[in-house]
Amino acid sequence: MCSRFADRALRAGLVVLAVAALAACPRERRTFHDSPPAASPAAESAKVVRSDSGVSRQGPYGENAYALNQGKQLFAAFNCVGCHSHGGGGMGPPLMDSAWIYGFEPANIYATIANGRPNGMPSFKNRITPQQTWELVAYVRAMSGQGSKAARTNRSDEMEVRSAEAQTTTEKPVLVAPPPTVTPPAQEHP
Amino acid sequence: MRRAMRAIAMMWAVLACAACSLHNAQNALDAAGPQSSRIAGLWWLMLPIASVVWVIVVAVMLWGAARKRSPREAVESRGGSDVLVRDDARDRRMTRIVAAGVIVTAMTLFLMLIADFRVGQALTMAPSTKVVPIKILGHQFWWEVQYPDSVPNKTVITANEIHIPVGTPVVMELSSLDVIHSFWVPSLTGKKDLLPGYTRSLWFRADTPGVYRGQCAEFCGLEHAKMGILVIAQKQQDFDAWRAQQLDTAATPSDSLAQHGKNVFLGTTCVMCHTIGGTAAGATTGPDLTHLASRQTIAAGTLQNTDANLYAWISDPQRIKPGVLMPATKLDPRDMQALVAYLRHLK
Repeated sequence: MCSRFADRALRAGLVVLAVAALAACPRERRTFHDSPPAASPAAESAKVVRSDSGVSRQGPYGENAYALNQGKQLFAAFNCVGCHSHGGGGMGPPLMDSAWIYGFEPANIYATIANGRPNGMPSFKNRITPQQTWELVAYVRAMSGQGSKAARTNRSDEMEVRSAEAQTTTEKPVLVAPPPTVTPPAQEHP
Repeated sequence: MRRAMRAIAMMWAVLACAACSLHNAQNALDAAGPQSSRIAGLWWLMLPIASVVWVIVVAVMLWGAARKRSPREAVESRGGSDVLVRDDARDRRMTRIVAAGVIVTAMTLFLMLIADFRVGQALTMAPSTKVVPIKILGHQFWWEVQYPDSVPNKTVITANEIHIPVGTPVVMELSSLDVIHSFWVPSLTGKKDLLPGYTRSLWFRADTPGVYRGQCAEFCGLEHAKMGILVIAQKQQDFDAWRAQQLDTAATPSDSLAQHGKNVFLGTTCVMCHTIGGTAAGATTGPDLTHLASRQTIAAGTLQNTDANLYAWISDPQRIKPGVLMPATKLDPRDMQALVAYLRHLK
C-alpha cells in the first residue's frame, strides 16, 4: 500500500517537473515596437555576432520566425516573385540554389535589395522600409537553406516543388561570376 | 438577506447599463432590417421561456436541497439488517411528475426548434427582386469592399466602409485572402464566415438609414479585436451619388503642400502596398486610398479619420495596432504633414 502511494507520488512529481521544464523553454518573443534595424548594412552586421565557423551570420531577423514569415509574405506582395518566381528564378536568378552572384551574407543581400544590381535588379531603397528589407533578407536566406534551423517559415500557398525552406540541407554557398552586361544591339536602319 | 438583495439589485443595474443603446454600438436587438428583426424576434421568444425554465429549475433544486426527508423514506434497521422502506403511492406520484416534466420540456424544445427553423428558412431564402451585389474580401486586419459591375472600369473598390441603399436587398459574396474571418453586423444580419479559397454568400436588407457598426467575429490574429466595419445605409439617390463619386480618380492636389504630399506618397514606401486611382500607385496589399478622406474611420474602425490620427497612424501603426502588417514609416515631419494634407484631400 505504502509503496503504491510512493509510486504515485513519484509519478505526480515527474509530471509536475516535466511541466515546469516545458515552462522553462525559451519562447520566442514577438515584439512589434522595437526600433527597426539600422538602414546601413555595415552598421547592422557590426551588431551581429559571428558564429564559431566565422562564416554564417543570420542578420537581425534570421532567427525570428515571425519576421521570416513577414518576409515570405512581402516576397510575394512586393512582386519579387515576378522575376525570381518562388525561388526558382525566371527573369531574375534563382534564389534557392547555392550559387550567389553578389554575395550571400545578410549585408550583401540587403545591399542588393536596397541599391539594386546591374542587369535588372531595381533599387528598393526608398520603397521598402529597412525593417521590411531585413525581413526579406531573412526569407531569401532561408529559401536557399542558409537560414537558421531555429526558425522556419509557414507552409507555402503556392505549389511546393521541394521541401519547405529551412528543411533543406544546407549546401555550401558559392560565389559565381556575374553574367556579362547585356548591351542592346545597335539599331539597324534600313 | 438584505445584503444579498442589494447585490442582486446592483447586478441588474449593471446589466441594464450594458444594454443601453450607445451611439454606433453593436446591438443585435436594435434591428434595422427584416433579417435582424427576425433574429431579434427569436431572441425575444427564447428569453422568457429560458427565464421561466431557469427559475423553475433553480427553485426545485433549492427546495430539494432544503427539504427534510420524511422518516418513512429513510432506511430502517430491522432485525440487524438495513431495509429500504418503499412507499408505492409516492413512487407513482413521482413517476407522474417526471413524465409531465419530460413532456413539457420536449414540447417547449420542439416549439423553439420550429421557430428557429422558420427564422433560418427566412434568412437563407434568396431575394427575387433587384439586388446590389457586393464582394467582401477579408484581410488581416481590414475589409476590402468591391462593388462589381458588368463594365470592369465601373467596379468600385473601397475598404472598411460599405454603403448600401435602403430598402434594396444586398447580396454579398464573402471570401478571404489569408485566414478565416467572419462578417457580422448585428443590427442587420447574422454572422457569416469568410473562408480563404471559398466564396460564400449572404443577403440582407436595411430599412432604416443609419450607420451600423460590425466586427470580425472569428479570431483572425493579433488585431482581431480592431477589425471593425461600418455599414452606411442611405437613400437610393445618396447611394447612387456616392457610387458615382467613388468611380472618380483621386482628387488632384490644389495647393503646394498637398502636391508635395503626393510626391512624398509616390516617392516613399507607401506605393508598395496602396493604390491611389489616377496615380502611379497601384499596389493591392493594403487598402485602396483613392477616396480615403471620404471615410469616417481609419485602420478598420480603430480611429476617427482626422489629421492628427492619420499622422499618428502613419508614423507608428504598431503602437496603435500591434501586429498590423503596416510598417512604421520614418519621414521628415514636414514631409509627413504634407502627406497627411494630401491624404485628407482625397475626398
